[in-house]
Amino acid sequence: MRLLSKLLSTLLPIFAVCLLSFGSFANTPTESQDQLTELMTQLPTTKLKQMPALITAIAETKAPEVRSIFTTLMNGDLYYVKSGKTIVKAQKNLSKNYDVSNILTGESLGEMKKNKIKKIRTNNALRGKMRGLLAQIDLTDANEDIRLQAVKQLLDKPNTASITALATLVNTEKDEDVKELMHVALSVNSLKTGMITEQLGAIENLKGSLEPSVRNMMIKKLDDLTQQLAQQGTVKTADQAALAKALTLAIDKIDERRNIFEIIENLFFGLSLGSVFLLAAIGLTITFGVMGVINMAHGEMMMLGAYTTYVIQQAFPGLIEYSLLMAIPAAFLVSGLVGVLIERGVIRHLKGRPLETLLATFGISLILQQLVRTIFSPLNRQVSSPEWMSGSLEINPVFALTYNRLYIIIFSLMVFFALMLILKKTSLGLHVRAVSQDRDMARALSIKSNWVDAITFGLGSGIAGVAGVVLSQLTNVGPNLGQAYIIDSFLVVVFGGVGNLWGTLVAAMSLGTINKFLEPLTGSVLANIIVLVGLVLFIQKRPKGLFPQKGRSAD
Amino acid sequence: MKFKKLLIASSIVASSLITNIASAADTIKVGVLHSLSGTMAISETTLKDTVLMMIEEQNAKGGLLGKKLEPVVVDPASNWPLFAEKTRELLAKEKVDVIFGCWTSVSRKSALPVLEELNGLLFYPVQYEGEESSKNVFYTGAAPNQQAIPAVDYLMNDIGATRWVLAGTDYVYPRTTNKVLKAYLKAKGVKDEDIMINYTPFGHSDWQGIVAEIKKFGSAGKKTAVVSTVNGDANIPFYKELGNQGISAEDIPVIAFSVGEEELSGFDTKPLVGHLAAWNYFQSVETEENEEFIANWKKFIGDDKRVTNDPMEATYIGFKMWAKAVEKVGTTDVNAVEQALIGVAVPNLTGGIAVMNANHHLSKPVLIGEIQEDGQFEVVWETADTVIGDAWSDFLESSKNLISDWTAPVSCGNFDVKTAKCSGQNF
Amino acid sequence: MSTFIQSPFGQKIQKLSSLHFVIGCLLISTLYATVCNLAFTEGSFLHVSDYTISLFGKYLCYALLALAVDLVWGYCGILSLGHGAFFALGGYAMGMYLMRQIGDRGVYGNPDLPDFMVFLNWSEMPWYWAGSDNILWMVAMVFIGPGLLAYVFGNLAFRSRVSGVYLSIMTQAVTYALMLAFFRNEMGFGGNNGLTDFKEIFGLSLQNPSTKLVLFVATSVALCIGYIISHYIVSSKMGRVVTAIRDAESRTRFVGFKTEHYKVWIFVVSAMLAGVAGALYVPQVGIINPGEFSPLNSIEMVIWVAIGGRGTLYGAIIGAVLVSYAKTRFTAIMPEAWLFALGGLFVLSTLLLPKGIAGMLPASWAKGSEKENDGIEPSDNYENKRSESNNISNPAEAK
Repeated sequence: MRLLSKLLSTLLPIFAVCLLSFGSFANTPTESQDQLTELMTQLPTTKLKQMPALITAIAETKAPEVRSIFTTLMNGDLYYVKSGKTIVKAQKNLSKNYDVSNILTGESLGEMKKNKIKKIRTNNALRGKMRGLLAQIDLTDANEDIRLQAVKQLLDKPNTASITALATLVNTEKDEDVKELMHVALSVNSLKTGMITEQLGAIENLKGSLEPSVRNMMIKKLDDLTQQLAQQGTVKTADQAALAKALTLAIDKIDERRNIFEIIENLFFGLSLGSVFLLAAIGLTITFGVMGVINMAHGEMMMLGAYTTYVIQQAFPGLIEYSLLMAIPAAFLVSGLVGVLIERGVIRHLKGRPLETLLATFGISLILQQLVRTIFSPLNRQVSSPEWMSGSLEINPVFALTYNRLYIIIFSLMVFFALMLILKKTSLGLHVRAVSQDRDMARALSIKSNWVDAITFGLGSGIAGVAGVVLSQLTNVGPNLGQAYIIDSFLVVVFGGVGNLWGTLVAAMSLGTINKFLEPLTGSVLANIIVLVGLVLFIQKRPKGLFPQKGRSAD
Repeated sequence: MKFKKLLIASSIVASSLITNIASAADTIKVGVLHSLSGTMAISETTLKDTVLMMIEEQNAKGGLLGKKLEPVVVDPASNWPLFAEKTRELLAKEKVDVIFGCWTSVSRKSALPVLEELNGLLFYPVQYEGEESSKNVFYTGAAPNQQAIPAVDYLMNDIGATRWVLAGTDYVYPRTTNKVLKAYLKAKGVKDEDIMINYTPFGHSDWQGIVAEIKKFGSAGKKTAVVSTVNGDANIPFYKELGNQGISAEDIPVIAFSVGEEELSGFDTKPLVGHLAAWNYFQSVETEENEEFIANWKKFIGDDKRVTNDPMEATYIGFKMWAKAVEKVGTTDVNAVEQALIGVAVPNLTGGIAVMNANHHLSKPVLIGEIQEDGQFEVVWETADTVIGDAWSDFLESSKNLISDWTAPVSCGNFDVKTAKCSGQNF
Repeated sequence: MSTFIQSPFGQKIQKLSSLHFVIGCLLISTLYATVCNLAFTEGSFLHVSDYTISLFGKYLCYALLALAVDLVWGYCGILSLGHGAFFALGGYAMGMYLMRQIGDRGVYGNPDLPDFMVFLNWSEMPWYWAGSDNILWMVAMVFIGPGLLAYVFGNLAFRSRVSGVYLSIMTQAVTYALMLAFFRNEMGFGGNNGLTDFKEIFGLSLQNPSTKLVLFVATSVALCIGYIISHYIVSSKMGRVVTAIRDAESRTRFVGFKTEHYKVWIFVVSAMLAGVAGALYVPQVGIINPGEFSPLNSIEMVIWVAIGGRGTLYGAIIGAVLVSYAKTRFTAIMPEAWLFALGGLFVLSTLLLPKGIAGMLPASWAKGSEKENDGIEPSDNYENKRSESNNISNPAEAK
């Protein structure tokens, strides 16, 4: 009974729409405009279940506004004004009100409060439907990127209408990429429906394509073929044999290429994990190496950096795109300053007792955690990602580099080399290296080792703060942020060799890569354990890490 | 000099010992056992505040049985053995009449022996894996059949998913849920090769590889859905990676059982629009009770941006039920209240009535919501009726014969209907 | 008293008296608590509640654990940030035994398998659970589990002369890896929830207050025995070598001692003590789960010792009890701000009390402790090396 009423409720609007679209054969611009206006008035009152029919009707008016209506609706920016039911596009502005404009005319209706307007609801199914409808419209769009996306959409979810459209459009297409993809889509279609010779030709065309739908279609064909043969119970014909052979070969070829890209992908994942390790550990290497201090509050320095990013974003809500660039120096200063304070206030008094410093800094880390919990609440804080950090750079259908990871790898290397420069080329660096090699001798040569200690600690903490900015883009910004990374940082430092920057770089990158290559084989839990055990065993072989510190202080 | 220091130190210790002497008993003490520090503080602090708010409201109404309610807050610090110690402290030292608390299963398991030993009363407000029923615990969160099964039904029937990724954090709740789901899916004819199960450690933050794997698994031409039992902290990096690798809800929808409004409030949800969550409560549901609750909450916490979530509703229902039961029997005696609680009905915040069943679990509606840009959920589906929480899953070999019924004549948390035996009880 | 110090015989007496004093204190307070718990009813001023008994039972386990940490850190200069692993392994051995004692009283009523195995659909017990229902097996495992881990790790690490920070981080890595491993359900130790829902120990119901009292007394006795053992170890000839290793390992080696043997040996003893502490801890708190392996726990143990005063055995005990008590009180009195207090305590005590609380004790006590120490201030092995190697005038260390 329920089923029946459900069926009716979905069917009825379709009837209505059929009636409506009955007259839409001769679509003159004004006519389609009128239809659109008429259909739009139904938007606020239509239930979600009837929406697909309404959406189809709107698409069929083929009015030029359809595109903007759909994209606005998909982005969740389509509203209606409660009084008058005008359909509008509304976007939140900086003063937490909404900038409202008429969706059809584009005329601005000024600023409105949230309670004056109401959102038009969508759901997944509807968004999927709109994307499909848009793809057909977009096939003729002037922008080649939009066309490319449209073909892609049709490749994944083909229908007869779109294939016919593609077949005519492919001849006039100017852009090479779009054209190629159109060919792929057409070939997939002929593989699906064509005669055996056509199928063989399609396989030839599709040989190197990495599109997942190509491989899926080939596998399906091969499965069908074997099933067919099994049912027939006869020997296969020459054609069938040729087809099966061609399919197997093509699939193998595709898999081979996919595997190569999979390895490259894993390498990228590994390096990006490694670069996070590097950022987290590099500050620790310096304080560890120069002062022999185990700074348990290092993780909290990262946490402070992440919170600094949050504060910056709160302070400049209009500048999200630049917020990270502002946060990097700010986080460096905040964490660095706190670092200097800790050094001056606590660590200085614990000279020559490095293990006591461990305890004192552990106490400090507890205090800092509770401090942010008190100030910012124990809940995670929202740090937005700027536009340029989201999305991915698509190299081919099976291999894409996410922008945020890409930037993080580059950024971590920049930090690394900047630090290297500071240590190698500046007088500060010279002093730092002198103190780390032989404190007493350096002091005898009138280097203020106290001052060097404070600066070193500040530098190490400051870099941890910068790492925090990066982490804010990857994970939760909460009071526990630091603790999640502290053990990994220690391991990286020890693996690389205390006080050795190159060692830290190699250690971080190799740990990241090993982890990522193990993960698909063993699962991430076991991968972690294996890496840890491997590390423990490695240290037995090389007790001072990959690159032991040389010189007098080495023993 | 040193001796003086020692004297001072010891006198501080001594004085804190003396303060142990209990205060006068003209109040009803309510214990709050939620972690305020450590890894679980993120989730549990809110529930502590919810209980405090409920107590304040009750006191404004004149308290219970003519007495004021007095909260006793302790911090078990996300340290599981400490939960046992603090439970003992609340029951034996502070002599509280009821405890609201715990989030993780292991914290509840840790507190359980103490509760049973000292005959305490705990309201546990979080969705969990089931497979437990204690005389001293009332479970106001969802059992697997109140969250996971309806969610899969929705994905299967309304979204048309035929290929499944079951991703979870490696501990008991995801393991159980996934086991229940796998049995359920196979019963529905899903093949083994169409189910991918993946576990990650707690607080996992590097999801690149796993998301890439899901993407590959989902590109095999069949509609794929991800059922996520990923816990707490690991969710945000997971969702960030989903967004960055361009997995949209239309391609591969992710339905989560541990992601609510509060988890999303620390996050820009724009790339997540359309992903799903299954709960018994969403803040966006418009009912009178809910609007009042939200308004009270915002006022109590003094922050207009704070959100409400499912475990808060579970705490709310638990508190209301307890207050009702206490009024009914006119005492806070645990045994009397425990019996009186069964059958108590309290309005849900999302409409309808929640009833405490004889198995100490609630009857509640199941809602499925899609994530919106503002971090709220839009309800896209709900059960026609309330669902009775099932302590022992019917889909697990080990527990399909077990039922829980705390009313006479059974009075047993794990009663085997085949052998008619009651096992594992201390009573 | 001063006349005694003159003669060697007197020295002997005084040394013994410091041992006797600590043991006496422990036993008297245990006796006092027991009597007051049993003889006085609730409400009486002298009554010691069951709650206090169970709380102090737990503290005494911590004290034994602190003793173990002090033995390797305070006397041998090995800063182990992974002693939680030994504690937890001992705990798991006990937990397995208790799990088997449940018998068919588990929630699924399975007479052969523990609940979590029934739940995981396992049809039989994994091989390493064989014998776990036997008391002797349990006792043996409490020693063998932690001891074996310490032996293997110690042999690897000390032979290849991993020392200082490297060693500390490695011990941390070991406990972290074990934590991750025990989280896995496939390991067969109950995964994240660990082992719980125990019913009885040696036939005594764990829910019974008198059992708690028995456990409390047992823990106290174990602590006394642990103290006596530790005391004799550190004042024996072996103990002197160990102390020498702490203060100048290379020199001790050059003199002809196989330092790594001594280190492994003391590491194993310490691990076993920690294992016993864990085994006594589990029945008292009623649960053992992988959280005990958490590196933070191990750091906390080191902090007990540091605050109590490392290099003095009684200091470790004082530190463990005091810090744990502070934690209990702070989390109840100021649940929202106790970390400030605890963190502040750590910072201030390291700044103001370099020798810990033991360093604050009256002079006669300090003397006693110095005897135990052979009169040498505790210092960190590698730190010592740093300053030595920085000091050109030290020919022994110059390369």
